[in-house]
Amino acid sequence: MSYIECNDLSLGYDGKSIISGLNIKINKGDYLCILGENGVGKSTLIKTLLGLQSPIDGKIVFDDGLKQYEIGYLPQQTRIQQEFPATVWEVVLTGTLKKEKWNLFYSKQQKELAKSKLEELGIWNLRKKSYRNLSGGQQQRVLLARALCATTKVILLDEPVTGLDPIVTKEFYKLLKQINKKGITVIMVSHDMSVVEYASHVLFLSREKTYFTEKKSNMTDEMWIDVISKGVVQC
Amino acid sequence: MLEMIQKIQIYMEYPFVKNALIVGVLIALCSSLLGVTLVLKRFSFIGDGLSHVAFGALAIATVLKVANQTILIMPITIVAAIFLLKGGQNVKIKGDAAIAMLSVSAMAFGYFILNVFSAGANIAGDVCTTLFGSTSILSLLPSDVIICIVTSVVVVIFFMVFYNRIFAVTFDENFMKATGSNTELYNCVIAVITAVIIVLAMNLVGSLLISALLIFPALSAMRLFKSFKAVTIASAIISVLGTIVGIFTSILFNTPVGSTIVMVYLGIFVVCSILVAVLHK
Repeated sequence: MSYIECNDLSLGYDGKSIISGLNIKINKGDYLCILGENGVGKSTLIKTLLGLQSPIDGKIVFDDGLKQYEIGYLPQQTRIQQEFPATVWEVVLTGTLKKEKWNLFYSKQQKELAKSKLEELGIWNLRKKSYRNLSGGQQQRVLLARALCATTKVILLDEPVTGLDPIVTKEFYKLLKQINKKGITVIMVSHDMSVVEYASHVLFLSREKTYFTEKKSNMTDEMWIDVISKGVVQC
Repeated sequence: MLEMIQKIQIYMEYPFVKNALIVGVLIALCSSLLGVTLVLKRFSFIGDGLSHVAFGALAIATVLKVANQTILIMPITIVAAIFLLKGGQNVKIKGDAAIAMLSVSAMAFGYFILNVFSAGANIAGDVCTTLFGSTSILSLLPSDVIICIVTSVVVVIFFMVFYNRIFAVTFDENFMKATGSNTELYNCVIAVITAVIIVLAMNLVGSLLISALLIFPALSAMRLFKSFKAVTIASAIISVLGTIVGIFTSILFNTPVGSTIVMVYLGIFVVCSILVAVLHK
């Protein structure tokens, strides 16, 4: 059983499809990287996976105990957030607000969850800092901590390394890999090819063709990158 | 100084001054709470647009000689609020252009029908009062005061109960939507509350200066503090203090209430900005 199964999915907006015939399976523990140029429908795919938009055709099946709103989402940063007066602690706590549970104040469990995620990502010392004064890499860690508060199963990241320098980017990827090794499925959208060495699956989107491939257990990193680059070339 | 305090004490004996203070403080409190969210969501202009719509609605109410004008103004402003919010997401007419269009039209329409149909002798005076709220806060009816108290209590309770979620939706709407929150409903409720507060605030500062009430305390507080909670609390305190100082100043020096309050807000904002500039050096 898969967490997410897309069957013959067509996506787009205003009735025009930009991706069609998409068949992918995302299982527990996978690390799927969605690659492609701007405008090929990566963001549309994300919105559809999150249920913010409905598919034009086909369907998405959520199984293996995953519900759609249990996906921890790490959206692209907005300009509003760059100037927002909020502490790291306030931001991360919002990840614990659950759809089904409702209370006036944050409970002890919610606070402990937020604390554990901040510690896990090594940013507990930043909790009283203002989000707008953090560096780009720190901000992404805060948003990652929030996403991890919202899920125990799948996190979905939309271009998380945009604007980060190469060293910080690499650190962020390593952090994601650690999280993935703990059993959390990672879905990441990117146009940075270097991420594939961490991924277990790659979905390549282009205007001509979509390409979904899996890293076999006997592949070395070099073979894997080779397969993807050939696949990409083929498209 | 002593003379001033004595003068204030004498004025406090009058029920109309008491009413003005109660209503002023409550509206200031509500609008400052809401203002933080509006400013952060880049919705400041909605407040401005709605105040113009409220002016247009008031003109209609005046021409139709409706006894209780609020009954007519309130629904029109609420509908406009919801329309503007939806318009903000409409790609064909950009949100800010839609607001500009609506506010200018509402203003023009209001002034137009007042001039054409109104039987009043002093149209210019009426318009001036509506726009700048010169004396209406000092001539409040007991029913106005009660409506204001009830609404304010509802708004404050709403903010306290939904505080965490309002913060979450303001900070990151997409994230909250993805985790299953009904963010459209939150936006809608916030738009409706904005409309209600604007209609109430017309009594205090007039429709032109309402934006100041919504925006200035939030902006001043945002200069000083870095957490959402501190900004919200500071904004409420700045707003209430500014209004009290403004009302007393206007009574003591016989200046128009609305503009005086806004001048006080502007002063506070400048002081906050200078404070921040000095502290950061």
